Formats: sequence, structure tokens, C-alpha cells
Amino acid sequence: MPDPILQTCGLNSFYGDFQALYDVALDVGEGEVLAIIGANGAGKTTLMRSITGLLMNEPGQIHYRGHDISLLRADQVAELGLAMVPEGRQLFPSLTVRENLMIGAQVNRKGPWDLKSVYKLFPILEERKDQASTSLSGGQQQMVAIGRALMANPDLILFDEISLGLAPIIIKDIYQALPGIIGEGMSAVIVEQDITKALSVSSRVYCLQEGRVSLESASDTVSREDISRAYFGIE
Amino acid sequence: MNLQDYSVSRSSKAARIAAILTAFALLVLIAAPWWAGRADMRLMGELFLYLSLATLWNLMAGYAGLVSVGQQAYVGFGGYMLFALTMFGGLPPVAAIAVAGVLGALISIPVAVLIFRLRGAYFAIGTWVIAEVFRLGFAQVSALGGGSGSSLPVAIVRSLASGRAMREALSYWLALGAAILMVTAVYLFLRSRQGLALTAIRDNELAAGSLGIDIWRTKFIVYVVTSAFTAMIGALIFLQKLRISPDAAFNVNDWTAFVIFIVVIGGIGTIEGPIIGTLVFFALRETLADLGTIYLIVLGVVAIVVMLKAPKGIWGLIRSRYDLQLFPLGYRVKHTAKSKET
Amino acid sequence: MEWLNAIVQGTLLGGLYALFAAGLSLIFGVMRLVNIAHGDLIVLAAYLGLTVTTATGMHPLVALVIVVPAMALIGYALQRGLLNQTLGDDILPPLLVTFGLSVIIQNGLLEAYSADPQDLDAGALETASLAVGGLTFGILPLLTFAIAIAVIWGLQWTFYHTALGRAFRAVSDNQDIAQLMGLNRRHIFGLAMALALGVTAIAGILLGIRTSFDPAIGGARLIFGFEAVIIGGLGNLWGTLAGGVILGVAQTIGAKIDPGWQLLAGHIAFLVILAVRPNGLFPRVSG
Repeated sequence: MPDPILQTCGLNSFYGDFQALYDVALDVGEGEVLAIIGANGAGKTTLMRSITGLLMNEPGQIHYRGHDISLLRADQVAELGLAMVPEGRQLFPSLTVRENLMIGAQVNRKGPWDLKSVYKLFPILEERKDQASTSLSGGQQQMVAIGRALMANPDLILFDEISLGLAPIIIKDIYQALPGIIGEGMSAVIVEQDITKALSVSSRVYCLQEGRVSLESASDTVSREDISRAYFGIE
Repeated sequence: MNLQDYSVSRSSKAARIAAILTAFALLVLIAAPWWAGRADMRLMGELFLYLSLATLWNLMAGYAGLVSVGQQAYVGFGGYMLFALTMFGGLPPVAAIAVAGVLGALISIPVAVLIFRLRGAYFAIGTWVIAEVFRLGFAQVSALGGGSGSSLPVAIVRSLASGRAMREALSYWLALGAAILMVTAVYLFLRSRQGLALTAIRDNELAAGSLGIDIWRTKFIVYVVTSAFTAMIGALIFLQKLRISPDAAFNVNDWTAFVIFIVVIGGIGTIEGPIIGTLVFFALRETLADLGTIYLIVLGVVAIVVMLKAPKGIWGLIRSRYDLQLFPLGYRVKHTAKSKET
Repeated sequence: MEWLNAIVQGTLLGGLYALFAAGLSLIFGVMRLVNIAHGDLIVLAAYLGLTVTTATGMHPLVALVIVVPAMALIGYALQRGLLNQTLGDDILPPLLVTFGLSVIIQNGLLEAYSADPQDLDAGALETASLAVGGLTFGILPLLTFAIAIAVIWGLQWTFYHTALGRAFRAVSDNQDIAQLMGLNRRHIFGLAMALALGVTAIAGILLGIRTSFDPAIGGARLIFGFEAVIIGGLGNLWGTLAGGVILGVAQTIGAKIDPGWQLLAGHIAFLVILAVRPNGLFPRVSG
């Protein structure tokens, strides 16, 4: 296996006194698409917040391309080429569609993604570019959120619950577009509650349960029984 | 572990010792006219009045979340009411102080209705505007000396007590009484149902609202009561000063800045905080006052450092270190049954 | 005609108040911070102007090229060094820290410059006037008003047409997500405070040319700026200009009735508007 682009080892995360992650070890290979599944409250979003630097960590727990990024702020992590499509889309309501995309380019990294290529991927966004982001439908907002992350030309992109709150048909569209988005050389982590969708686009899967890794497996060989055991903790 | 092994109580050993010490200290303080010099008595009188103002501001800002930088409005209002009621109403000074409190409550009602429309920090500046309106308004009243102010007529001063020593003793006792009253009243209030509601609001406004606590009404009551008491303290302050002017009566530094520093340094949101803060403030003032403006700069720096590094003030530091509580508000669970092994 | 004149003078005075208010409004918009020391910073700028003009013999308006960057620098340092530490859900720390700052600045100025009133000498500009019809317009008030319009236009443009403004709005919307996009909010807040104090510098110099000043007048300037913000409606810069004008007109009309009523009339106008339109006259339409 090639060197991992992202690696956590012994990751413990806290919200105040509450510990949300226990000793989490995972790695994402270069060019790999990894899925992270788990029930509500299993710690998936906490894991995303820790990796991106929104949550404080102890040193030595998160490595990106061999560098310890545990202590970096979120904006510093972003500059290293790690972008996220956050849960619930979280567009900036006082910015237009175009401005939301432009904010994504703030980190100033070279690469294939710019306004033109994002508009080519999601033509509807060009039509709506001067509208307030809040005036779009949920699916269109998700396109903006994905486009915004791509504008950073990241090497690793995290998708946090991208199907949450969207109509099934739109989820299908987005998952169909995903392979093209992730494309050449880019690595991705897909956090999902929809297990089938997660397995369909990933090469490996981790399952979190109550803040701990309960399963690690190749996506195409993992059995339903293993998943439900890891997911619900039923022995 | 049996449930019977535990008892729930408010009191603690420290609180009981503190109560005994406090009672003793109070006796000594009440006897001050027989053992203290005139200058010391004046200083202590001033200290008690500041303690009263600080305790009141702390109730508003530390418990009700009403951060006012305009309490000078009520200090000055009370002072002016003392002068007006004694000079034109013929009231004896002590009665005038009480009436000033009632009037302070009355005027604070429309003020509250108006400035409660402002949120958070804007509320704070709104209170300052009110104080400015009071200052400019009283400066227009020529019967009270307009912009230059007036002195309390000698006859009224004499009516307080015949001899000078007796007057000074009385003035001292009034200040001491005010401080005791304020600290006790705030303590009892915070232990009451209303007080617990207030603490609930401070800790989580949203949750408190969903529990059916009327937040607006609770804050409104606190504001009005605090204003009334502040007006009474203001009347007392100017009964000691015997002279009033708009600039002195509505001075933001004297009646608000210092008070805020006292509470912040001592420990905001605790009953002990204002007491400690007042002692620290007077200790600093007596040692550094010769430095003039430098002293004020030092005070500002100390307040900022405390706010950033120890937001619960000196008392917060002491409490977290020794788990002390001299005025127990919460209940604590204690293991009372003797251990079975012994 | 006298009344019309009072209204005209009040309108022009409103330009100065809008400049007091613009910085206050800007930092509230970006980081929800209300800076109690804002008025004292205006006065600090006037004193910096005094030092620069007496040291170099520059005209006070020319001194802006030094005072504006100096205040901007102070603003950035203040934000990064002190005020960023106060930001959070609790309103007490920013309020009390800026209150402490106000006392420090005020007494620092007293120590450095004494309590004697000072003013900035702008030569002929102070008395020059323009007669139109039966009305006389002071050149300085006209210039102040024009600068106020230019500053507010400039701030508006910065907010809506530059990368910096985009960053301001993004951070204001959602600090965490903005941080994820590579925006360091502490730096952005520093830039916002720098911009706000740059505007404050202009306000301070114009104040110093118009009237004499001493270290104690900051509080009242804060209040005027605050009243203009609330009258105009939170978050609306052009509304702030309107708020300043209303405040200025109320003051000049009050002064016309009785000189002692100038300030009182302004405050009363503010309280009346607070009573009937608690969200100000032109609140920003959200959405």
C-alpha cells in the first residue's frame, strides 16, 4: 500500500469534559476513497472536526503527508490541501453563490478547479451565480458546498453527510457525479449514514461505534452481518 | 453505598465559622464611633457605600445578565432627590432617603421598558444614554443650582443630629447599615425562588425560558429593585458629601467604572466578590492614589488582566483552590454516615 | 430661514456623527463586538493628529496620511493582542475589557497631554463659508459631510465588492466554516478593527478641527455614534448616515430652542425612536 495521505493514531477527542473519540486509528491512502459509517452520535462529525482542526487535539495524533497537523488551526490545515464539504452544507447566507465559491479559493492552491470548471460541473450554479445562496434548493446548495470545497484544489476532500436532508433522486445524482469529482489523484473521505451509498463509491470502510473504530474492511468484501455488528454493537 | 449515608445541606463548616467571624466583625464595626478616628470613619463609610453599589451592580450584571454602565443615573437621581425632598419637601433626611428609593423605583420602570429593547452590549450603552439624560436634565433645574449644583442647607444638616460627632456617627451607621442590608438582601434574594430562577437564566437563558421562567419579568424586577436601592445609596452618598452638582452626581467614573472594577477584580457573579473587591480597591486607592492618573491606568490594567486570566476574580481563584463558600447558595451533598470499616 | 439654517447645520453635523458611528457599526457587523472605548479611540486619533501637526507643521487634513495608518496599526494590534481573547458567547468579557481600555486610554491621554482643551489648527478652512440663497454653509462642515459619504460608500464597496469584504461577511456568517475555507478569523478580525480605526482616525481629526477636545470627551462621542447606529438600524451603513443626520438635526434644533437643550434634544430624539421603532428606521432586511 502506498504511503497514507492522512493517518490518525490514538486519537482521543473531547467536547469539554465529554470524550467523543477513543483511540481512533485510521489511514487514507493516496488516491483512495474511504468511507466512514456509523450511527448518530458515533463520533463521525467529531472525527471530521478533529481532522480539519476545528477541534483541538493532542500533538502526534493526526498526520497529513507525514506532518503532524494535530495542533494546526483549521485555516492552516486548509492551506495544506485538505478541504471539507460540511454536514448541512453550511453556506454563507450573506454571500452570493459565486462569492461562496470564491471563498473556497481563498487558500490559493493551483489545480484544475476554478469558477469555470465548477460551473461546467454544475451548470445551474452559473445561472444562479449572483443569487443569495439561501435562495437555492437543497440539492443546489449541496452543489455549491461541493464546488466551494473543490475551489481549494484539495488533495484530500472530506464529505460529511452529503445526502442528509436531500431528496433520494438528488442523492442519486450527487453520488453519480462523485467519481468524476474525486477524479485523478485526489483522495476522499465520505462520511455517511447511508451504508449502501458509502460502500458503492469507496474502496475501504471504517465503522465507528460510540467513539471507537468497530470495523475496518474492504468495501466490496464486507458482509452485512459484520456491518450490523459493528454498527449497532449486537453480538 | 446507601442513600441514607448522604445528607444534603447548604451550610458548611467554613460557612459557619465565617458567620461567627462576621458577627464579631460587625460588632466591632458598629462600635467604630467609639474607637475610630474621624478620617477612618469617613473612609469606612465610603467603603460601605461602595460595597453596597458593588453588591447591587453584581446582582444585575453577574446574576441577571444586565450589564449596565449607567448606574450613575440612579446614584445621581437619589442624591438629587435627597436635596429636593429635604429642601422643598421639608422631609427629614432619613425619610428623604427612603422616599428617594421609592422614586428611583418609579422612574426606573419607564426606563426599563425603553432600554430593555436593546440587547447585550447595546443595552449597556443605552443605560449610559439614560444617565446622560438625567445629568443634562438636572442641570436644567435652576432650583437645584443648575449646572453648578447646590449645597445642603445647614439647617437640614443639623436636623440629622445636633452635634457634629453624633452626625458623623449616624452617617457612618447609615452607611454600615446600608452595606449589611444590601449584602443580606441580595443573599436572601438569590436563595429565594426568584433568585434561583435568575441563576437559571444566567446559566442557560433558552432552557430557563422553556421551563416557564418569565425572563423579561425577572430581569425587569431585578432592574427596578436595584435602581431603587441604588437611588437610596446615592442619597446616602450625597448626605455625606453635603454638596451636589450634575457632574459629580452622574459621574461615570466614580459611580460605575470603580464599581465595575471592584466587582470584576473581586469576582463577578459571587456574593463574596464585591466584598473582596471593595477591600482590594480601597487598599489600592489608599496606597496608589498619590499617583493620580497612573493609579487609574493601573486599575484598568488589573481589571482587564483579571477579566481575561481569571474571569471569576480573586474570589473565584480562592474558591477553586479551597472549595470555600461563605455565603452558601447551592446545596451540597455530604457523606454523613460513618464508614463501615471503622 | 433660521430654522432651515438649523436643519442644514444639523444635517452637516450628522456627517461627523456618521463617521463616529461607522467604525462602531463595522466591528459590530463583523464580530458582534461593541467597543466601549470607541469614543476614546476617536479622541486618541485627535491627539495623534495634534502631535503630528505640531511636530511637522502639517495641515491636519494632510496629517491623515500618518494618523490613519497609525490608528489602523493600533487597531490591528489591539484586536490580535487583546480583543480577540474576549470574543465568545459571553458578552461580559468584551464589554468589561473595552470598558477598562476606555479608562486606560482616557487617563493615558491625561498623563501625556494634560486636561487642557486642545484643538487642531486648520487655518482658513475653519472659517471659510459659502453663501447660497439666504443660507451660509461652512466649508469644513460641507467637507466633513462629503467625507462621511465617501467613507460610507467606500466601506460599502469594500464590503460587497472586494475579497476582504467577502471574508468579513463569511466570518460574520459562520466563523468555523470560514476557518475551514482558510480564513483565519483572528487575522480577519484584526483587519476589521484596523479598518474601523482608520475611519475613526478620520473622525478624530475632523472632530479636532471642528471643536476643542480634551481627554474626557470620549464617552459622549461613543454615545453619539451609538445613537446614530441604533437610529439608523443595526447593520445598515447608509442608515447610520441617516441616523447621524437625525441626531445632528435634533441637536441643532434643540440648541435653537435653548442652548442648554442641544445634547438633551439629541438624546430625546434617540429615545423616542427607540420607543416607536426599536429596530431603527432602516433595519437591514435579513435574508
